[in-house]
Amino acid sequence: MEFEPVIGIEIHVQLDTRTKMFCGCELSFGDEPNTHTCPVCLGLPGSLPVVNAEAVHFGLMIGMALGCEIAPRSIFHRKNYFYPDLPKGYQISQYDIPLARSGKLGEVRIHRVHLEEDAAKLVHAGASGRIHGAEASVVDFNRGGTPLVEIVSEPDLRSASETAEFGRLLQATLRRMGVSDVNMEEGSLRMDANVSLRPAGEATFGTKTELKNMNSFRFLERGIDAELERQEAILRDGGEVVQETLHFDPQSGAITSLRSKEQAHDYRYFPEPDLVPVAPTEEMLERARDALPELPAARAERLERDLGLTAETAKLLAFRTELGDFFEEAVAADGSDPRALANWVTGELVAQLGDDQPTASKVEHRALARLVTMMNEGKVSGSAAKQVLGVLVAEGGDPEAVVESEGLGAAGADELAGIVDRALAENPDVVEKLKADPGSKAVGAIVGAVMKETKGRADGGEVQRLVREKLGV
Amino acid sequence: MSADILSLTGAQAAERVRAGDLDAGELFAFYRERAAADDLNAFLWVADGPDGANSSGPLAGVPLAVKDLFCVEGVPSAAGSRILDGYRPPYTATAVRKLTEAGATVLGKTNQDEFAMGSSNENSGYGSVQNPWDRERVPGGSSGGSAAAVAAGLAPWAIGTDTGGSIRQPAALTGIVGLKPTYGAVSRYGMIAFASSLDQCGPLTRDVTDAALLFRHMVGRDPCDSTSLEFPEEVPLPSAERLDGVVFGVPPELTGEGVEPGVREVFERTTKLIEELGGKLEEVSLPHSRYGIAAYYVITPAEASANLARYDGVRFGPRAETDGDLTALYEQTREQGFGDEVKRRILIGTYALSSGYYDAYYGRAQRVRTKIADDFRAAFQKVDLLVTPTSPTVAFRLGEKTEDPLAMYLNDALTVSMPLAGIPAISIPGGLSDGLPVGIQLAGPAFSENRILDSAYALERAIGFEGVPVGV
Repeated sequence: MEFEPVIGIEIHVQLDTRTKMFCGCELSFGDEPNTHTCPVCLGLPGSLPVVNAEAVHFGLMIGMALGCEIAPRSIFHRKNYFYPDLPKGYQISQYDIPLARSGKLGEVRIHRVHLEEDAAKLVHAGASGRIHGAEASVVDFNRGGTPLVEIVSEPDLRSASETAEFGRLLQATLRRMGVSDVNMEEGSLRMDANVSLRPAGEATFGTKTELKNMNSFRFLERGIDAELERQEAILRDGGEVVQETLHFDPQSGAITSLRSKEQAHDYRYFPEPDLVPVAPTEEMLERARDALPELPAARAERLERDLGLTAETAKLLAFRTELGDFFEEAVAADGSDPRALANWVTGELVAQLGDDQPTASKVEHRALARLVTMMNEGKVSGSAAKQVLGVLVAEGGDPEAVVESEGLGAAGADELAGIVDRALAENPDVVEKLKADPGSKAVGAIVGAVMKETKGRADGGEVQRLVREKLGV
Repeated sequence: MSADILSLTGAQAAERVRAGDLDAGELFAFYRERAAADDLNAFLWVADGPDGANSSGPLAGVPLAVKDLFCVEGVPSAAGSRILDGYRPPYTATAVRKLTEAGATVLGKTNQDEFAMGSSNENSGYGSVQNPWDRERVPGGSSGGSAAAVAAGLAPWAIGTDTGGSIRQPAALTGIVGLKPTYGAVSRYGMIAFASSLDQCGPLTRDVTDAALLFRHMVGRDPCDSTSLEFPEEVPLPSAERLDGVVFGVPPELTGEGVEPGVREVFERTTKLIEELGGKLEEVSLPHSRYGIAAYYVITPAEASANLARYDGVRFGPRAETDGDLTALYEQTREQGFGDEVKRRILIGTYALSSGYYDAYYGRAQRVRTKIADDFRAAFQKVDLLVTPTSPTVAFRLGEKTEDPLAMYLNDALTVSMPLAGIPAISIPGGLSDGLPVGIQLAGPAFSENRILDSAYALERAIGFEGVPVGV
């Protein structure tokens, strides 16, 4: 029997607002513990929450970007449980009437989008690293009350890689909107996956498990695959999957159950009496709509359609907003060959930048565009152009000037002729092979020798042409 | 001179200070001495001096007694609970701040039922309060300390909070005036919460003019309280002498069953006075108000069960000594810190919100609440104000009802419906029954405080209640 994976995801996104969800404390990361607190986010007696308008604005933008219906009146609830990172003894969250619902991103339906507050950060001293058995635990309330948006997808995903891909699209979309840092390692984007298997072709769902807090897409993918494997082994043995919350350890690849007590929680949700419903006005909706930029999915489609980029390249540019912006500005400066330009941006430029943004280097978009055109015009060879780009990234400037000062201009026909002659003379065995088989890959040795001699300034095609001409093949 | 100061109402004292006839420092010292000598257990803390007083404001430095549950920066604010013993908040409640900005001076913090849960002040973690009219009797609750302090002349005026009657009922039982404003009229920021959707603070004063004066300086939208609203009009000092054209509804549900004969007699005398002053009486029905107590004792414990979750020993207040286990820390801190009534209500509220019971209890109680509000709305189509007794009985004996929570809850029968509907109501002294004060309650639609105060003022003059100060 074949099994089909059924996967849905839940994402918690820390919003990049100036202040916390329900008070005026500034958001911070890495500051001295407990320096961004007030009576409200410490849950002191008598304090009251007030909804952060910017968080609502970002929430509306997210709801709209995900094609959701915006609730005319959404309400906050109290989710009650005791834990030292939860100063009020309840989390203010949205429950039965979320800010937005019923949307779609790509092919995946979005169940709901809601606003809530983050918990504080617990640090446990002692071997276990957990509160049970800790020698001491301390709480840093700087993070407590950070605005969160929770996005829940429908169970529309069918594989681990599809899930990771959707996660990347969602991350790129949120980053593009500027509503969050979406940094998984720092926890500004946290992803849980609900995973189950069912016999292929069946409509009903199997029992799901929840993989908690995956801190990279690679681990998410590996974790889901490991969990699917575990579930399949259970089902093939005639066993039953137990609904539980699981932790995937990327180091060991092991899946362990978190305390099943968590499932037994009765959160006793009830409407938060300290807050009034969030009823977005026409003006608020318009402001959110106006603030929406072109989103990655739409941008990829446009780049593919209008500039003839491959789907893969278009997506690379669209998912990395700054790269896409750099590319589009370069095209605006010189749009004679967008495909070549795109390949240079996503290939050589990314190779030189690593994870840095183009703005972190000194290369100007018009300089790269000019370089690509120079290459097309035969003024600089491909490999010399890579060296030129290296200079541009490190020092900036104009590609023509770099070619001039570094002597990286394409070797002319006259200069090449002599070098090719010398190379042929030094490689009689290659000459024999080429005479016997003009298509032989042995030509590469000659091209290589010429490249070495010219320090990469030669055009490979031109060298090959000269070789054939001189050998009369 | 002392007897003279004691006879002044808050408004009169303020006027004397502003006119230069009375020194604000002397006024404060006079009341400080009385409050410090309090033997009713009305005060839990008394200020050393008029710190930061602003006697140039309209309230001219007149001392103010503040219910313990209002946070005052650096001042013990424990809401009558041992679980907050010694807690001094880092900030001041908006209502207190507004009053001090207007010139009031904090005289002290007054005793109350723990977290405002009670109708006799016997649930205080700091001992019960004696009623100055009869020291064997309760002053009512939960703002019992504020009421006793004003009635005994230990303070010229006070503020308290009302969730189901906690201003009006103690005002009635001690022969003073107590106003519960419209929900949202006064900010709740800095008021240690009992039941957030009903809690509202208001004045406890010797007369209606004082209530209006304090109220005037408390109202207004507060950016720190999302549920607060701008008061739609100025609050003038009341001046009505007659009640011509005002129609008073008399709801049989809140004037008949359970009201003891002595209270009924005072009530009937008052309704006659209303007619003599030109007012009209009309019977109106509030059919759902009989479910008020039931709904109230589901909704308020439910909200309280969440509001009181923060008292866990982690960040402030006393922490139980334990072997270090987190659950033990929670359980023992709360076991030691909370009194029986608070524990009872946390249990009731937790149960009412539990999965599987939510609809049957909390959901249903909220539907009843809507019906009660609808009843009032319908009634105010026909009448301007409602008139009822405030409490079904006069002050009862200390210990008389402590073993019977249900009997205690019934004290609120005539007062719980108004906060459930969010509407304002006042209690003024209507007279005596067997030597003990009887309160008369006037209620009106949301934001009708000015009309309520005006009618209460006219009635107050006609009643001519003489009773302040007594017993000390």
